[in-house]
Amino acid sequence: MQLPTVSVRALLPALVVLGTAGLVLVLDLLPPRARKGHLAVLSLAGIVLALLSTTWLWGEETRAFHGMIVLDGYALFLQLVICYAAGLVVLLSIDYLPERGLESGEYYALVLFATVGMLLMAAAGDLIVVFLSLELMSLSLYVLAGYFRARLASGEAAMKYFLLGAFASAFFLYGIALVYGATGTTNLDRIGASTGRDSLLTIGLALLLVGFGFKISSVPFHMWAPDVYVGAPTSVTVLVATGSKTAAFAALIRVLVSAFRGGQLEWPFLLWALAAATMTVGNVVAIAQSNLKRMLAYSSVAHAGYMLVGLTAGGALGAGAVLFYLLVYTFTTAGAFGVVLLLERATGEGVSLADYAGLARSHGILALVLSLFLLSLIGIPPLGGFVGKFYLFGAAVRSGYVGLAVIGVLNSAVASYYYLRLIVYMYMREPEDAPPPSATSFAGGLALAVALAGVIVLGVMPAPFIDLAQAAVTPLLR
Amino acid sequence: MTPGLLTAVTFLPALGGLGLALVPRRRSDLARVVALAVAVAVLALAVPLYLAFDGSRADPQFEERAAWMPTLGVSYHIGVDGISLLLVLLTAFLSPLALASAWRAVEERTKEFGIAMLILETGMIGVFVSLDLFLFYVFWEAMLIPMYFVIGVWGGPDRIYAAIKFVLYTLVGSLLMLVAILALYWQHGAATGVYTFDLPVLSRYVLAPGLAQDLMFLAFALAFAIKVPLFPFHTWLPDAHVEAPTAGSVILAGVLLKMGTYGFLRFCLPLFPDASIRFAPWVFALAVIGIIYGAWVSTVQPDLKKLVAYSSVSHLGFVMVGLFTLTAQGLVGGIIQMINHGLSTGALFLMVGMIYERRHTRLIADFGGLWRVIPAFSALFLIVSLSSLGLPGLNGFVGEFLILVGAFQVNRLVAALATSGIVFAAVYLLWMCQRVIFGPVTHPENRRLADLSAREWAVLAPALALIVWIGVYPVAFTGKTEASVEALIAQVQSKAAAAGARAR
Repeated sequence: MQLPTVSVRALLPALVVLGTAGLVLVLDLLPPRARKGHLAVLSLAGIVLALLSTTWLWGEETRAFHGMIVLDGYALFLQLVICYAAGLVVLLSIDYLPERGLESGEYYALVLFATVGMLLMAAAGDLIVVFLSLELMSLSLYVLAGYFRARLASGEAAMKYFLLGAFASAFFLYGIALVYGATGTTNLDRIGASTGRDSLLTIGLALLLVGFGFKISSVPFHMWAPDVYVGAPTSVTVLVATGSKTAAFAALIRVLVSAFRGGQLEWPFLLWALAAATMTVGNVVAIAQSNLKRMLAYSSVAHAGYMLVGLTAGGALGAGAVLFYLLVYTFTTAGAFGVVLLLERATGEGVSLADYAGLARSHGILALVLSLFLLSLIGIPPLGGFVGKFYLFGAAVRSGYVGLAVIGVLNSAVASYYYLRLIVYMYMREPEDAPPPSATSFAGGLALAVALAGVIVLGVMPAPFIDLAQAAVTPLLR
Repeated sequence: MTPGLLTAVTFLPALGGLGLALVPRRRSDLARVVALAVAVAVLALAVPLYLAFDGSRADPQFEERAAWMPTLGVSYHIGVDGISLLLVLLTAFLSPLALASAWRAVEERTKEFGIAMLILETGMIGVFVSLDLFLFYVFWEAMLIPMYFVIGVWGGPDRIYAAIKFVLYTLVGSLLMLVAILALYWQHGAATGVYTFDLPVLSRYVLAPGLAQDLMFLAFALAFAIKVPLFPFHTWLPDAHVEAPTAGSVILAGVLLKMGTYGFLRFCLPLFPDASIRFAPWVFALAVIGIIYGAWVSTVQPDLKKLVAYSSVSHLGFVMVGLFTLTAQGLVGGIIQMINHGLSTGALFLMVGMIYERRHTRLIADFGGLWRVIPAFSALFLIVSLSSLGLPGLNGFVGEFLILVGAFQVNRLVAALATSGIVFAAVYLLWMCQRVIFGPVTHPENRRLADLSAREWAVLAPALALIVWIGVYPVAFTGKTEASVEALIAQVQSKAAAAGARAR
């Protein structure tokens, strides 16, 4: 039996983050024991290094470990997005955790382990690797969701996330087994090359979609999302909403495009229905929410629906649109949750609509920044969210899914109602009681500045990023 | 022609708005001066556009083009022809007036008000100068947000409801238009191999008649009909107007509504000529209903601002009739009427705002006999009302006359019914004047009102000068627009004929 040669290059970004995680665990045992700020800085440095390594590897096309790891432009693009998400999470955590007296080394180590899982999902060329990295990511996130152990909601979030996540993983694993039974392989390329088209394969794909549907929080597998988003520490919510969703989409697109090509199975109809249901349910239910974290949770469900529109459209254009949208969505959602995080009281309160009444007077800049993120989520030009939606719906119209595009834009109009309602509270109402405590966090401010810069640059100068996204997906379609 | 002049006119307001953000929050006096200075500077830049514009040419002038997203075929392509030139001038003209009118009325968050108004101005000018569908859409949507803030932050008691209604109505229409823009883009690309959002290129493409063209036309038409507003999509308008601050109402009535009629003219007619011709009877029907319904509802309004708001529904119905006659007179009349309505209704809103600042009421029943107390105000109010109802010698007559001439050539019934709108306009406007400025002074509070101040004279005098100028010498404006209008009609008819030939 021949042992595979180890390719460091193909794993480089993940290895960098993994090494940092190990280092964090070791340094956590050494003095100073009281303060953990240096561990946060180290984690951030590791993530930035991984981010730089993705740009250094740009243009790389490596298949390693018998095709189990595929480091191509597609993987690198998504690893870049994941690194941004993880970096923003660490920045937002630096002052958030000590204020609540809960700073610890294992928090940062777990964030880094989750990031490793995400990075590997983007580069997975085999269903087994998809599963393993999915589990690495999920297990770390289950623990992180329950990180505020004194809080009931946090414990509930972790429990719910874990139980439902375990179900989803079981479905996913069963799906892999059926696909293996139908094709005799778990390698995505070889599944794609197999010409068989039997019911076993169809059922296998359906089960895989259940597993992915859970991770991207698509209707009807979204039930966990609101509770987990609300109960988890807000910094963890950011990671669940951006990084894990990006990683799940990364693996989903690769599985659909390289293993289950359009002609082989009739999956566009399935995706069509998922997209329409996810957008509509997410937006309609979000209207009824008065807790901002819950509202943003449903909004993130709706945004998964928009991205499913791009997936339904298919082709280089559809997949490229999803990639671009993931980039915009990561900045926008991390930014919106970031403002909520900075204004949250140490007790976990201060996240309801009424708490934001008159925010423009007490925190003018935060109110303005949050408004810009919300406008980008609605899709108002010239912000990134507009170009993202333009691109997604453009792809849908191109592929003949005009009906789905119409459902999508009408959903945007519905969504504008609840996003604008928050702006109404901030700008057009007087504060009801004492304004939220003033948030002074240099790191948090830096995170918001990075996210805002991303949203504006992607809205005003999207052309280079669109080209990158297109170039990233073309190798998949060969 | 100066290169970059049009870009400067378009973006100077927004840049000025960003500069205004640097003014300290406590210096609201300075913020007012800076905002007004920026708006006046924009007007000063826009006047050379008018002077240098060659009215004998139909093609876009002051054209500028730069690559923006080359892979998608999106470019920064702007220019003005005889149609958009006048609307750019109207915007540049009304913005400083609106800002000056808010001198005393907006006391809270003055700086933010100036920023919102200036960003709004960039959005409006951008809509009129864009020659690329993507760019146009960016401006069209971006302009919503500052208007939303102007109504929602500085408006009346029910401002939040009005602001959200305004945004939701507009957004639904414009998002469906976005799908139609995309459909047109792909269809043009598939047919010609050129994937572009460039308007002049897309306008040359002959779309086959049929369901696809009808749906695209309807999606565009819905977006514009909501903005105009065409009956029955007008219900956001009274709310928005009544709740908006005076400056917001002036801009809303003066410029924003014109974006709807301009959209029909610039996009629906040349892009979907076949559908436009076939749907013209429906547009006529809705426009005539709007003319008569708007006039009737105006007549019974107890609130001055609501009366003027509903009169807009009626007046814009006239513009729509003019545009869809597809005759030179009808179109020129429609365009002039857009300007007229901006001036007359803008001035009426300004004056209603002035009297509201004095009495803090807008109910007609609270006034009466103002002529005896404040004769200068009353005289100007009467002149503006007369211009709005189309008295010969003032601007309103020119537009309405041309529209009716156009309408008679196409459909006598429409022309006859539209004419009744003029009669009704005389009823509600004159009856309003009678109750507000004539007769005895019925309320003692009105005895001590102050007449127009120097600032108010400065706000109203330019509008009055233009009202008289257009009424007496309309050629100064029609002369700039006729060549473009004739080219547009020729294009619509040749494209419709080509499409018809292909269908046969």
